[in-house]
Amino acid sequence: MRTLYRALSRGLHHDEARAVSAPTYDLGKLHGGLRLEGHKQASTAQPILDIPLPSQLILPIEQHVGAPAQPVVSVGDRVLKGQLLAEPDGELGAPVHASSSGTVVAIESWPVSRRNGDKAPCIVIECDGKDEAPVATAGTDYLSQAPADLLLRILDGGIVGLGGAVFPTAQKLMQARTAELEFLILNGVECEPYISCDDALMRECAPAVLSGARILMHALQVNACYVVVESDKPEAIGRLGEALAELGDDRIVLKQVPTIYPSGGEDQLVQLVTNREVPSGGLPTDVGCVVQNVGTAAAVHDWIVNNQPLISRVTTVTGDGVVSPINVRARIGTPVEEVIRHAGGYTESVKHLVIGGPMTGRSVTTDAVPLVKASNCVLALAEPATAGDELPCIRCGDCAVVCPVQLLPQQLFWYACADDEQKLREFGLLDCIECGCCDLVCPSHIPLTADFRIAKDRIRELADEKARAERARQRFEARNRRFERERLARDAELSRQKDSAKRAGPAAIAEILKRKQQSRDDPA
Amino acid sequence: MKFETREAPYWAPQASVASMMLQVLAALVPAAIAHVWFFGPGFIFNLLVAGIFAVAGEALVLRARGRPVEVALTDYSALVTAALLAFALPSLTPWWVTATGALFGVVVAKHLYGGLGFNIFNPAMAGYVVILVTFPMYLNLWTAPRMGDIDYQQLSVLQTLVFTLTGNLPETLGFDAVSRATPLDVMKSGLNNMATATEIRANPVMGDFGGRGWEWIGNFLAIGGFWLLIRKIIRWQIPAGVGLGLLGPATIMYLLDPGSSPGPGFHLFAGATILCAFFIATDPVSAATSPKGRFIYGVGIGFLIWCIRRWGSYADGVAFAVLIMNMAVPAIDYLTRPRIVGHRKGADADG
Repeated sequence: MRTLYRALSRGLHHDEARAVSAPTYDLGKLHGGLRLEGHKQASTAQPILDIPLPSQLILPIEQHVGAPAQPVVSVGDRVLKGQLLAEPDGELGAPVHASSSGTVVAIESWPVSRRNGDKAPCIVIECDGKDEAPVATAGTDYLSQAPADLLLRILDGGIVGLGGAVFPTAQKLMQARTAELEFLILNGVECEPYISCDDALMRECAPAVLSGARILMHALQVNACYVVVESDKPEAIGRLGEALAELGDDRIVLKQVPTIYPSGGEDQLVQLVTNREVPSGGLPTDVGCVVQNVGTAAAVHDWIVNNQPLISRVTTVTGDGVVSPINVRARIGTPVEEVIRHAGGYTESVKHLVIGGPMTGRSVTTDAVPLVKASNCVLALAEPATAGDELPCIRCGDCAVVCPVQLLPQQLFWYACADDEQKLREFGLLDCIECGCCDLVCPSHIPLTADFRIAKDRIRELADEKARAERARQRFEARNRRFERERLARDAELSRQKDSAKRAGPAAIAEILKRKQQSRDDPA
Repeated sequence: MKFETREAPYWAPQASVASMMLQVLAALVPAAIAHVWFFGPGFIFNLLVAGIFAVAGEALVLRARGRPVEVALTDYSALVTAALLAFALPSLTPWWVTATGALFGVVVAKHLYGGLGFNIFNPAMAGYVVILVTFPMYLNLWTAPRMGDIDYQQLSVLQTLVFTLTGNLPETLGFDAVSRATPLDVMKSGLNNMATATEIRANPVMGDFGGRGWEWIGNFLAIGGFWLLIRKIIRWQIPAGVGLGLLGPATIMYLLDPGSSPGPGFHLFAGATILCAFFIATDPVSAATSPKGRFIYGVGIGFLIWCIRRWGSYADGVAFAVLIMNMAVPAIDYLTRPRIVGHRKGADADG
């Protein structure tokens, strides 16, 4: 029966590529996960609000995975909208562009939302309000470009993964090109509560998303693309379906998945859509897949077709700490304070400000932080969702039931307390995706995710230390080997001289001694 | 504007130990009422004594250990231990017997091992076993169940209270007048005396499956147990494992040799089988923790109960079976780790 269903559903895909909501029974199975209250209606009730230019833009030079970009402008320079401000340094990185025209007034440390340290170097632009761009050049016809050239072009657009991981898109694609690929998967799942920026984008810019998908397919030379959306976004699915029908590209298939957190995680999505497990420590490309966020696809479209680098993004401003939750399209570098103002400002009870979603976001101390490429959500929370007192683990195992990677968090917690690196590795700490599910269900209110994050850092530190010690040891041993070699060479030379002297016999020795005597008697 | 920071996730927790424990207690209420109905008010006194000593004992140890007393007391775990102990004891039990069990369970089995979450052994069962070896005679004082056609002599509330406080029955009554052998005792001594299981089951204490009265308490315990399953306070693996481990061999032996083997229905409804399956073996702290491990743990308990009932010198084997399997937990957990997503089967995450 299942086989029959599958055969039928495949048939449907081929006959009607625009199948609006693809059947869900041929999905892979995800372990655990949680059905969480979405809290998304508040921010999706109105269309995306384009917020006006702020007076100042703060652009961190590190908005991506990899090395920070190197500034190519100096204080006092006038820059135009879309102008390159900082270029990637090293193998992995992405350029940063000016989000609007104005003057560079400072290149200095500024509060940002990131885990390690709360300040980072930023390029500060005083906007002149003209939003002046260089004379527009026509977009390129990407189909006439070789995939490799297209990838290099994408590299220049400053595009990074907009789902939150901010891995430089071009490098991800270049890496993927080295593998045998089958599917491009566009991630429109957006499973984390409160966040609705991808939903809003798919509703309003479905053609851009699909166009981005086609560009990516050409760059990757794959012929199958799944656009995957969670079932709680019927309107987005509808818009995408319409756009797909208009496009008539039967290589692209729309797929609906159940609303379960965290099915939007990259590896989880691959498993859900293709029923293939990404091997531990591996990448989706190991099982023939490349995953890109729908927002990233739209950004690729904007860059390749419209020549606009990544200088703005859609962000959800929400939570019970803001007056009127809404999705905004803001320039990268806009201070969060400004963004909040356009959502009606804070409510009186606001207590926490989180950049990112409620499960994986980062709590910041000030709203002076800028909106960056990674900022998919600005969450102001009124009540501190305090967990109450932390009690000892009672080993109920609910954490293991919800873990999408099928870890045993209760055991990991035990080993994390004991700082037992060996056991932590054995029980898969490094496979933890930090989704926070275990935290939520823990009846003892143990901050498991935070503990695991610390334990992971510790393991990495230990590994670094080990590597350093290993390098030092190798250097030391190499030095000893050099000494040994030199000593051997010296010994060999000495014995060679002795041998030759012996061979020459007593007469020669007498001769030498005489010569030496002479030189002593006859000072120069 | 300035904000306080916290670690993710920023989401109210969905469960608490206190609410879990309270739900376990709530699930025991129907069976408690049935217990009082069939065996008299002694259960309530036992529950009070066990509760007071368990909580007082926990408070004292916590003070001695320099731990916050209030936090630990309001998790209600000591009350669950007390309630399970009260269910295990006959309705006529002097207070010092109950107190010994409650104190040993909470102070020695729980807190000397580090308190909630660290105890290897199930506190209620550890306390029960101490009673079993120190005051064996009191564990035979099960009153006859209140059923229309059995000759039963139930003590009044006052008489029961006097017994609980002093250990003395009213002068006109002897122990024989108020107590009856339990169905498991009847079965065991009957089989030892070469009676067939069918003959033994003609004894008036026997009901449709297990013992009269006992069966009904079992039904109410099962209702509470299923409610806990639905509420996801407990998971299905342990109850199913206990059922399989006990009823599997019981069924096989019943089919092979019905004369000397009571059937699976008897094993299910006699003694503490259902209490064990849903409430005792499911104590998360002392049970195995991986899903597969829990099933194995349950099967082990069920099988040991059957072995002890069949070959042991004790009529029921729940407490020993649970304590023995408690010892096996670390090994079970180690051997039943689930395969981590993205890893080959059987390979360590590291390998």
